[in-house]
Amino acid sequence: MVAECLVREGVKHIFGMPGGAIMPLYDVLPDYPFRHILIRHEQGAGHAADGYARAGRTVGVCMATSGPGAINLVTGIASAFMDSVPLVAITANVATHYIGTDAFQEADITGITIPITKQNYLVRDVRDLPRVFKEAFHIARTGRPGPVLIDIPKDILLSEAEFHYPEKVDLPGYNPTRNPNMQQVKKAARLIETARKPVIIAGQGVLISGAMDELKEFAEKTDIPVITTLLGISSFPETHPLSLGLIGMHGWAYANYAVHHSDLVIAIGMRMDDRATGKVSQFAPNAKIIHIDIDPAEIGKNVRVDVPIVGDVKAVLQRLNPELHETASHKEWFEQIENWKRKHPPVPLDFKPDELTTIEVIQGIYNASKGAIVVADVGQHQMFAAQHYWYDEPYTWITSGGLGAMGYALPAAIGAQVARPDKTVWCVIGDGGFQMTMQELAVAVNENLPVKFALINNCSLGMVRQWQQLFFQGNYVAVDLCGPPNYVKLAEAYGMPAWRVTTGGEVEFAINAALRHPGPAIIEFRVQKDEVVWPMVVPGTALVEVRTG
Amino acid sequence: MKHVIVATVEQQPHTLNRILSLFRMRGFAIESMTWGHTEIPGIMRLTLVVDGSKTMIEQVTKQLYKVIEVRKVSDITEDRTVTRELALIKVTAKAQNRAEIMQIADIYQAKIVDVTLTSLMIEVTGPTEKIDSFVALVRGFGIKEMVRTGVVAMVRGSNVLTERALSAEERSVPENGRGRKPTQAELADAAMAAAGIHGGSGG
Repeated sequence: MVAECLVREGVKHIFGMPGGAIMPLYDVLPDYPFRHILIRHEQGAGHAADGYARAGRTVGVCMATSGPGAINLVTGIASAFMDSVPLVAITANVATHYIGTDAFQEADITGITIPITKQNYLVRDVRDLPRVFKEAFHIARTGRPGPVLIDIPKDILLSEAEFHYPEKVDLPGYNPTRNPNMQQVKKAARLIETARKPVIIAGQGVLISGAMDELKEFAEKTDIPVITTLLGISSFPETHPLSLGLIGMHGWAYANYAVHHSDLVIAIGMRMDDRATGKVSQFAPNAKIIHIDIDPAEIGKNVRVDVPIVGDVKAVLQRLNPELHETASHKEWFEQIENWKRKHPPVPLDFKPDELTTIEVIQGIYNASKGAIVVADVGQHQMFAAQHYWYDEPYTWITSGGLGAMGYALPAAIGAQVARPDKTVWCVIGDGGFQMTMQELAVAVNENLPVKFALINNCSLGMVRQWQQLFFQGNYVAVDLCGPPNYVKLAEAYGMPAWRVTTGGEVEFAINAALRHPGPAIIEFRVQKDEVVWPMVVPGTALVEVRTG
Repeated sequence: MKHVIVATVEQQPHTLNRILSLFRMRGFAIESMTWGHTEIPGIMRLTLVVDGSKTMIEQVTKQLYKVIEVRKVSDITEDRTVTRELALIKVTAKAQNRAEIMQIADIYQAKIVDVTLTSLMIEVTGPTEKIDSFVALVRGFGIKEMVRTGVVAMVRGSNVLTERALSAEERSVPENGRGRKPTQAELADAAMAAAGIHGGSGG
């Protein structure tokens, strides 16, 4: 019955691992047209389904057995929840009559996942299954997307009933607002026309609603610079003359200055996360704020708002663009931004020949494979990858932004490659995160997924070390990861080629060699542990206080 | 400032759990909360008293709307309402002061529901302030035990809050206990609710 529902929802790939309670479902999997990818730890299933969903613009599906299997999915579900990723997680539970008896491998997974799911279900009647699956996929992919968990007791998996898949959902309490209130749109248009120093901050909502063309039209028509949030990267071409790149804690100084000094902020499909806004009370102090988001709860939650527009970003921009007439001149504004740019250029150019920096690695990857999908883990390398690769194509940047879950990138890159076999997928990952989920390398090999792993090895937990250096007087505690494993030998153990790079001169060769190899490959880039990601907006300070070194 | 918020909610096994979880997670200070049946089977009414800033009350409302089973959330603080709370209070009462306590109870139209040689159990109903003042008066005699139900509230007049939370179909289906066709006005209301004009639930 479950498999039948998955077929109706057009599911093509499932990431999961079997166990006692879910065996009845696995028993029938071979009879169905979708492909099950056996991961090595359920956390990997959650992240792989997340990467799959983002790269493939579809709903990711992951599956695990009761108790520990289900609980191992939690990190994956939580990351998807924070990043608004459509996910359906299917877990089995002990048989209905055992529920509540502390049975073997029993866990209250619906209780555990309440705060990290958009909706969840414990199915107690086999006849409810089709309705529940229909609702789950609908809720996961519509409105502000998010994960939905379906927990099915073993006896329900074994029961039979006549199968009727509903054509429509009946959810009277769930009506996401797609189309905006036109009065608000008109109000926004008038503010945009008269602003002298406006900025657009584009978030992931642009990508989710597929509004890249509308955003480009909006920015070009009004001649307003576009800054993106971390998850908004790739929503606007970064080589476009209007692009100012990343905002926030490790955003470019000129982007942060521009937001701070602006007289109008047009926030599109973003949630004013603290990493993006800096000190909230000093966020764009002289600006009016137009906030467009499909989730009304995000509007006015962290930052004050002058014109709230609830709606789907694409639907809003399609109505806003024709409302716009002549805008005020932004000539002086762009001159000011150019000055900041000249003062604080994005790329430091003092590479040493006998050392390797992460920036050189990221630039090397960019030069060798433009338009690739970059899946970054969490930490210093993530910020370097966000800053120094230029993302022109949508859906090419994937990272655990909200939850910041280390260990995300390796399985997520595998999921992304499954969704996009036509694309080069780079997994940019530190040695800390790599060791959290590296067991999934076996999946890349067995499934012949040619992911290229750029392992940025500074033999330490780099971002924690950076904070200890800057805020804890260089008292380095529990950040040293030097020693095992030998990553080249590890790659060999998994049957993958690997290269070790220690100087900038070798970067290009290794990257090209890895790209030429038809299967997965690892390049270990040995970088210095005292690298620091600049610029940085120190937590608790305003964007304008951004430090550049 | 204290706000009275009323939500109309479909009853599902996890719904109340989900609502409580969001209050806990977001640190909303809920002063009083009641959960009870409405005139429609399967539709529950949640009444909250929340003390907080305008931003916080707005967040409580918006976050509640994100719970799929929540149909309608109304802040009725500014409306003309009837609000009621019930308290059962066990007061120390000996022969010498029993009459005095009963006299006070009488003034408050409270009922003596149980008597022993050393105590009285009093049932008192009314707005929160009335109960507060009654409690303050009898505290001097010694309160042995007290329980309060929390606030329930209803807006005065002939408009119905639950009605707005229903879909047009639910209104016309007799199984839902309504047994009559919806009026044109109600259908228009439902269409507006579906269009999110009453603040349909967000993402």
